[in-house]
Amino acid sequence: MSLLDALADRDRVFDFLVPAASPVDVRHGPILYLEDVNVSFDGFKAINNLNLTINDGELRCIIGPNGAGKTTMMDIITGKTRPDSGQVWFGSRHNLLTKNEPEIASLGIGRKFQKPTVFEALSVFDNLELAMSADKRVLPTLTARLSGEQRSRIDEVLETIGLEALCGRQAGILSHGQKQWLEIGMLLMQRPRLLLVDEPVAGMTEQEMERTAELLTSLAGKQSVVVVEHDMGFVRSIARQVTVLHQGSVLAEGTMDQVSNDPKVIEVYLGAEEEA
Amino acid sequence: MSLSNTPSSSSPLSNLWLTRPFSERSTRIFLTVLALALAVVTVLHLALPAGHPLHVSSYTVTLLGKYLCYALLAVAVDLVWGYLGILSLGHGAFFALGGYAMGMYLMRQIGDRGVYGDPVLPDFMVFLNWDSLPWFWHGFDMAWFAFLMVMLAPGLLALLFGFLAFRSRVTGVYLSIITQALTFALMLAFFRNEMGFGGNNGLTDFRELLGFDLRSDATRLGLFLASGVALALGYVVCRGIVGSKLGRVCVASRDAEARVRFLGYRVERVQLCVFVVSAMLAGVAGSLYVPQVGIINPSEFSPLFSIEVVVWVALGGRGTLYGAVIGAILVNYAKTVFTGVMPDAWLFALGGLFVVVTVLLPKGIAGLMSRRRKADSETQLKEATP
Repeated sequence: MSLLDALADRDRVFDFLVPAASPVDVRHGPILYLEDVNVSFDGFKAINNLNLTINDGELRCIIGPNGAGKTTMMDIITGKTRPDSGQVWFGSRHNLLTKNEPEIASLGIGRKFQKPTVFEALSVFDNLELAMSADKRVLPTLTARLSGEQRSRIDEVLETIGLEALCGRQAGILSHGQKQWLEIGMLLMQRPRLLLVDEPVAGMTEQEMERTAELLTSLAGKQSVVVVEHDMGFVRSIARQVTVLHQGSVLAEGTMDQVSNDPKVIEVYLGAEEEA
Repeated sequence: MSLSNTPSSSSPLSNLWLTRPFSERSTRIFLTVLALALAVVTVLHLALPAGHPLHVSSYTVTLLGKYLCYALLAVAVDLVWGYLGILSLGHGAFFALGGYAMGMYLMRQIGDRGVYGDPVLPDFMVFLNWDSLPWFWHGFDMAWFAFLMVMLAPGLLALLFGFLAFRSRVTGVYLSIITQALTFALMLAFFRNEMGFGGNNGLTDFRELLGFDLRSDATRLGLFLASGVALALGYVVCRGIVGSKLGRVCVASRDAEARVRFLGYRVERVQLCVFVVSAMLAGVAGSLYVPQVGIINPSEFSPLFSIEVVVWVALGGRGTLYGAVIGAILVNYAKTVFTGVMPDAWLFALGGLFVVVTVLLPKGIAGLMSRRRKADSETQLKEATP
């Protein structure tokens, strides 16, 4: 092959021109990797040598008594809290400890907070539109118009969360469960690789819980989902892998049956299992 | 708060943010009503003889022009308060700055016809024994420069103020208090003779604007029409902003600021940009107000005036834009009537009106209209879904 052909053949001239925001590298399996993470607040060890690995496409439930460090762990992953020591990697390329909250969000980690916060004065459709990944600077936002592709993306998410019929209604009139789904939909609009979901079924009715379980299991596979939940029945209905946190570190890990028969877990929960 | 989705994208008007308002029904109605009102006043003023009962006097034309300026100011306040959730109690400062920029131009137009006959220095400077023009008065003899400053001066102040306030995430009642302090500080500063803005007398005795005699009826009518056009343009700009995705970001950050930030929007920049636009509109309103009333003095900076503007918006209906216009015109009309009939009762009437509207019509006068429309659409929806 002549030199000219070789030059013409190259689709890329300088490696450094390749954008740094490269996709998440999951060739080695884990999408999220926490190692020896420690956090203390005023001497109180909220996270104590935490090690956790989440595989790509996995649906993982994290349970644990109050104060076990579940929310703090979420805060560390999303960049809200900085650990004192340890490593947090997203794929094998992105060191999350060097990034701030918006950067982490744009890498593809979406977080759903405990209390649903949707924009009540806007319609369901508008809520999803705002959440869509797009140029979010002021002027592009002012001149933004929905392309057909974006519109069908919104329709797709509306279908996933089952709110098509309510698309034009104000989000403020939705029921608690519908708001939770809408918020999950808002996360999905950003095409996240990893979804962190904090207590999704708190305050939901039985049917709503079932719908949520279906929704979360349907999401797994396309993206990794980490669910923090208190409700054992709900965890049992969706979980394949369960991690039990206690006093800031992992107490047990495995399937629901393995975990719930673990004597250490039973001791920590002091029969709290009966709820289920 | 436009709840309906954007109209069908096939219409060419819905293509750009600035032309999209023309495809909205409410904007069309507003513009039609405004245009009709301007036309009717013009015809009644010009066509009917002075003795005719329906004749609109030159005095009334100027009075209506003043209301239109107030209405534009109210629209500017509604943009930041109704949609962005920033209760500015200092928008009078931007209004007055625009007014001062116009006033400085009008002062320079007087030329050597002042009492002291100085070709360059305005009377009050001669009176203070100043021998040259302060640096910031240069350029104001040129109309284009003055008209630019009408928007730039309030815009820059809003930029600086907003940059500091929003960057530090000052919001809510604290921001309101700071805006109040801002306008109060400016009032005190402008009261000082050394500032070079005429002290407590302000700027007055204007003669000409762009060569037109300010005392002639034709100029007054022209200023009235210009105020109407400015109101229409300002309304369309605001409507364009609130109807765009940016407007939805504004409403979202009004209700859940942290959540919007978490979605990746730079809320402080959105707030800053919209705040600056609003301040510029207030400046334009001030600049059209000054030649019509013939004076600008530091009392326009008074915190009380800024609070009154907020009352207009609240009465008319916050977060609708047209409500702000209705509120501004109604309250000021009532003020004119009351201060003529029973001057002492005006403040009681204003207070009473405010209480009544807050209790009975929490969404203001505009809420009355949208309540009816909502009921209509609600029944339509029920019919549509079996």
